Amino acid sequence: MTDTKPPAKTILSVERVTKRFGGLTAIDDVSFDIITGEIFALIGPNGAGKTTMFNTITGLYKPTAGTIRFQDQDITGLKPYKIAARGIARTFQQIRLFAYMSALDNVLIGEHPRMHAKLWDAIFKTGKARREEAAVTDRANELLDFVGIRQQAHNYARNLPYGHQRRLEIARALANSPKLLLLDEPAAGANPQEKRDLMALVEKIRAQGITVLLIEHDMKVVMGISERIVVLDYGEKIAEGKPQEVRSDARVIEAYLGKSA
Amino acid sequence: MRWANRAFKDRNRTIYTLLIIGALLFPSFSDVTTGGSGNHLVSTAADAGVYVLLAIGLNVVVGFAGLLDLGYAAFFAIGAYSYALLASSQLSGSPLHVEFHLPFWVMLLVAMFVAASFGAILGAPTLRLRGDYLAIVTLGFGEIVPRIFRFLGAGSPIGNWTGGVNGISAIDPPKLPAFVSGPWFGVGTPIRVVSPFDFSDSNWSPMDYYWLVLILVAVCIVLVTNLHNSRIGRAWMAVREDEVAAAASGINTVAIKLLAFAIGASFAGFAGCYYGAKLSLVSSENFEFVVSVSILIMVVLGGMGNIPGVILGALTIFFVQFFVLTNLPDYAVAAANAVGLGFLNNSGGTWVGLHDEVQRLNYIVFGGILVGVMLLRPQGLFPSKIREQELEKGTAEEAVFDIREATD
Repeated sequence: MTDTKPPAKTILSVERVTKRFGGLTAIDDVSFDIITGEIFALIGPNGAGKTTMFNTITGLYKPTAGTIRFQDQDITGLKPYKIAARGIARTFQQIRLFAYMSALDNVLIGEHPRMHAKLWDAIFKTGKARREEAAVTDRANELLDFVGIRQQAHNYARNLPYGHQRRLEIARALANSPKLLLLDEPAAGANPQEKRDLMALVEKIRAQGITVLLIEHDMKVVMGISERIVVLDYGEKIAEGKPQEVRSDARVIEAYLGKSA
Repeated sequence: MRWANRAFKDRNRTIYTLLIIGALLFPSFSDVTTGGSGNHLVSTAADAGVYVLLAIGLNVVVGFAGLLDLGYAAFFAIGAYSYALLASSQLSGSPLHVEFHLPFWVMLLVAMFVAASFGAILGAPTLRLRGDYLAIVTLGFGEIVPRIFRFLGAGSPIGNWTGGVNGISAIDPPKLPAFVSGPWFGVGTPIRVVSPFDFSDSNWSPMDYYWLVLILVAVCIVLVTNLHNSRIGRAWMAVREDEVAAAASGINTVAIKLLAFAIGASFAGFAGCYYGAKLSLVSSENFEFVVSVSILIMVVLGGMGNIPGVILGALTIFFVQFFVLTNLPDYAVAAANAVGLGFLNNSGGTWVGLHDEVQRLNYIVFGGILVGVMLLRPQGLFPSKIREQELEKGTAEEAVFDIREATD
């Protein structure tokens, strides 16, 4: 055998996940696998269940049925902070920053689970706590640099312009040192130039070895960047595959443009 | 913003400097103004120190972590009773028939630990709930605890543990193996080594209690400031700002809230221990709902989240409650006499005399003062910069926007 390419390794597998809210089925028996190192997109019209899927993966919701496995371990129904600690970080569609904390402090919160200063260290400001603070502050500044908003470090999150808030949320998520990053419509509300910049940032994140799962509304944005796409409609998976395949799929066209089109 | 940050830090530094100078000069000041009999004032100031400790502790819960605790006095009671039970003859009359006389210094830590444990026990099932529920549960806890202490007196089914309505008296004062007395305990006190040193000795009491509470307050300020600037303090802020985002960022929100609750309670336990030792008497009526409310007012009015603000709030409210309001009837009488309305002092019909009438109005005056302050400074006297922005920017921006939209 001369083929030395390593086998594609699954980082996250969603297995037959269903989520119901009372009588409403938000996700209906959906399965897909995400391969380590890829940019994977979850698309679909409004109300298709994309954000519900995110919330289910990150532990904000418990699935009604089905299993979610991350790096071959079952994480179904774990508490959000435990899932974050295992290496899944996320951003929110409606930006959820800590409004009255500085941009730097927002990123430092992302570092929280990986810090080791205990209550004792915090109260008595031990050498250990000081060194750790200095180290994570350096790293947080680097992350702000990485997403391009270093100059905003000492401003309140709420005072940042919208585009910078999106980037700050990404920096906070990256501070979690994730293996898998979930981005919920990072380009929502952005103009075409900002969208291109954001997608360049997503590429840069992937280049760091972080797998990216992206929700996006704008088909054009997704097509250019993602290797594989899953399309949801009314909670059901209607297509999966490479961008070209998905784009020509009859059911996808129908979901996006309506039956008559 | 950096500029604003520096201005903010400078303001806090100024407040601390003034507080330290004021605290150091206060004994001399009270001696001079009262013509050499300032002991009563010094003792009252030491009691104010207890409220400062309590306000600093409640600020951890309410100001830092954003949890509304309406029963904070319960932890104060638990701290005070812990010391009272283990440092008096009280338990010899209980079914145990032994008495403990543990040293005050050890009991400070024990009382902290006991109160913190109760904080954790109360918090564990309730902190999963959201704001309003927590407030109600703590309110209930604050009502239950003094009642239990009152109930477990003579004649309770399980024996006399707490002295019931009479409370516990003759509590041991703090003692040191040796200490140096000197002018710091009052003009003319000779400099010599006293061994053993008993805090309740009238040669230096209440000056020694005053210095002791100052030291305790100073230590607490340093520790709680460290905590506020640490990773834990940051996590509290995050939980207060957005719990969902905090959880998604890897913070165990229940554990971090529980920690705030327990640490807040431990300050109350600490304060309770000192309070019991100084007063040498604890009674359940000293820990009623009013006390919880007073402390909460101190925190809110002083400026939630900002430690120097909270300290000033505590001192202000203490001054109003225990000095202005208690002396108000006498001032009213003096004022009436001075302007020739002395007849108002006589009672007749439904009029009970000016002195008692004013006394009846105490809480109305207090309420009026509170309403006035909150109208003038809704963010508190010396708020944290966060609260300042929240209230000033938030309301102003939205109001302007709304009006424009409505008139367009």
